[in-house]
Amino acid sequence: MLCQLINIKKVYSTGKVSFPALNGINLTIEKGEYTAIMGPSGSGKSTLLNIIGFLDTPTEGKYYYQGKEVSNLTDYELAKLRNKEVGFVFQNFNLLPRLTAFSNVELPLIYAGIGVKERRRLVMEMLEKVGLKERATHRPNELSGGEMQRVAIARALVNNPSLILADEPTGNLDTKSGNEIMKIFDQLASEGRTIIIVTHDPNIASHAKRLIRITDGIIIEDKIIK
Amino acid sequence: MKLIEILKLSISTFKTHRLRSFLTTLGIIIGVMTVIAILSLIQGLNMTVEKQISSLGSNTIFVQKIAWGMGRVDFEEVAKRKDLTIEDGEALKKLPSVDKLSYVKSTNVGTITYGINKARNIEVIGSDENLQYTSNYTVTTGRFINEDDFKRRRKVCVIGSYIVENLFPNTDPLFKTINLGGKQFTIIGVLEPKGTFMGQPQDNIIIIPLTTFDEVFPKPTGFQRLWRSLSFQILPKDGKNLERTIDEIREVLRRRRRLGFDKPDDFGINTQQTLREIYRNITNVAFIVMIAVAAISLIVGGIGIMNIMLVAVTERTREIGLRKAVGASNRDILLQFLLEACFLSFLGGLIGLILGISSAKIIAALTPLESAVPLWVVIIGVLFPICVGIFFGIYPATRAAKLNPIEALRYE
Repeated sequence: MLCQLINIKKVYSTGKVSFPALNGINLTIEKGEYTAIMGPSGSGKSTLLNIIGFLDTPTEGKYYYQGKEVSNLTDYELAKLRNKEVGFVFQNFNLLPRLTAFSNVELPLIYAGIGVKERRRLVMEMLEKVGLKERATHRPNELSGGEMQRVAIARALVNNPSLILADEPTGNLDTKSGNEIMKIFDQLASEGRTIIIVTHDPNIASHAKRLIRITDGIIIEDKIIK
Repeated sequence: MKLIEILKLSISTFKTHRLRSFLTTLGIIIGVMTVIAILSLIQGLNMTVEKQISSLGSNTIFVQKIAWGMGRVDFEEVAKRKDLTIEDGEALKKLPSVDKLSYVKSTNVGTITYGINKARNIEVIGSDENLQYTSNYTVTTGRFINEDDFKRRRKVCVIGSYIVENLFPNTDPLFKTINLGGKQFTIIGVLEPKGTFMGQPQDNIIIIPLTTFDEVFPKPTGFQRLWRSLSFQILPKDGKNLERTIDEIREVLRRRRRLGFDKPDDFGINTQQTLREIYRNITNVAFIVMIAVAAISLIVGGIGIMNIMLVAVTERTREIGLRKAVGASNRDILLQFLLEACFLSFLGGLIGLILGISSAKIIAALTPLESAVPLWVVIIGVLFPICVGIFFGIYPATRAAKLNPIEALRYE
């Protein structure tokens, strides 16, 4: 059991108005699972993903990661988890515009404290895996949307994380590039990686082996689809 | 994350915003430059003054009617003081700690001529053979005045190099005669040049026997008396304690001048140390002013850096969010921004230091001023801006470090 979420609630409050995003989520993710989380916008699916990826903290409930309760961890330990355990892929790629593809992929390795030579080897290996070895010295504005997302995937994978989290990874891409990205995820899943993809697109969700539907912050469906 | 990686990161950010970084550090640059330039010049001045004070003759004690100093002088009281006498001098010569004592009177005779040549602002000094030792004079040609000249009231003189240059540009001055106060004086020696002392020329002098001086320049009246009265230059014996020698001189003079024990000295015993103290008093004020200017300019520069760092934190909120998402800890982000601020101010300090030293050198080259750059000035020029960077960078960096990763990532 990689992740266990027990009665997770999240309330966003801006001044007087408070908005419940998650209303008691119970969920377990096993190692090697390929999961899609679907739901309309505002359903809380991204919030759930952020909590699983240690980017956000729940207002209530318990989250155990590899048996450890996350809310007890210090900021430093959380940073370590984000660095070593999780690879995030965002809808808008979130590449640093001033850095080359190489340097963007290198980021997690720098924070992991890995030496220059080893970094170079790992980064080039990852860029080759996503088919962008030739683009290593290009900056994001010199890359197509599909290429940028592949760089982002390489960045997510470079530290060999246990958990790959993708939030609408094809949302900003055309169908063709989107399909290429999904091929990479399928490939990763077949290698035994744990992947969670948040999407509202049934076609994307159909790539996964497990489908979770969320509406208004609660899980309304959780089934194995393959 | 290793510190060196964070440092590399901070420097790379600087490279992408060259103009902005430069403008930001301008405050620090100008501040450090001004301070370093002025400190270098003050140091140069200190060295020059120290050299000149030492050139007075390292241990010479000057006994005069007035004590040197900066305070207010009661001229009426001073004018009423009794002159020092030859007998006072003879009594002082008997002190075991006194090696040499010379009598000195001087007067400014203005312009003197030789043929068509003129020399202006000439100081005539009436003295004796001991002046050579007490005032550190070296004779380049001929000889100094001697005991015989003194006793026989010879009309002979030793002249400074300035007079040679102006009156005898192409001829040998030895045994030529010049007119002083209506009497003809034979030149028997020429002195080695001494340069200026605190802006005052020292080579425009003519030394004659004191006995002749009294004959040629009759006793002045009124206010003039103060400057024309007899004074002593005393060289203590080697190894004698200067302070104790001064005390002995004071005691002898007080007794001879019949001063009650409750009366203050009505004469002055001055040394190089007195001059040093006067000079130090002046420069201490300059120093305090400099420190104030430095502090103000560095605070202004620091605020500039803080401002740009706050802008940078806002501007790069998404970057901070992303860095946190891929594993940067609060400490990593804090250090990144803190080092950026430090690097900016360090660079400003470095540029300011270089500009400050060069402008001091340029000023020294173009003016009579000198410059000197002691190591501590360099260290301050580099270290102080770094402290400013830390001080003014800590707030923006803390703000960056505290950003919530998910909110930072969503920031538009």
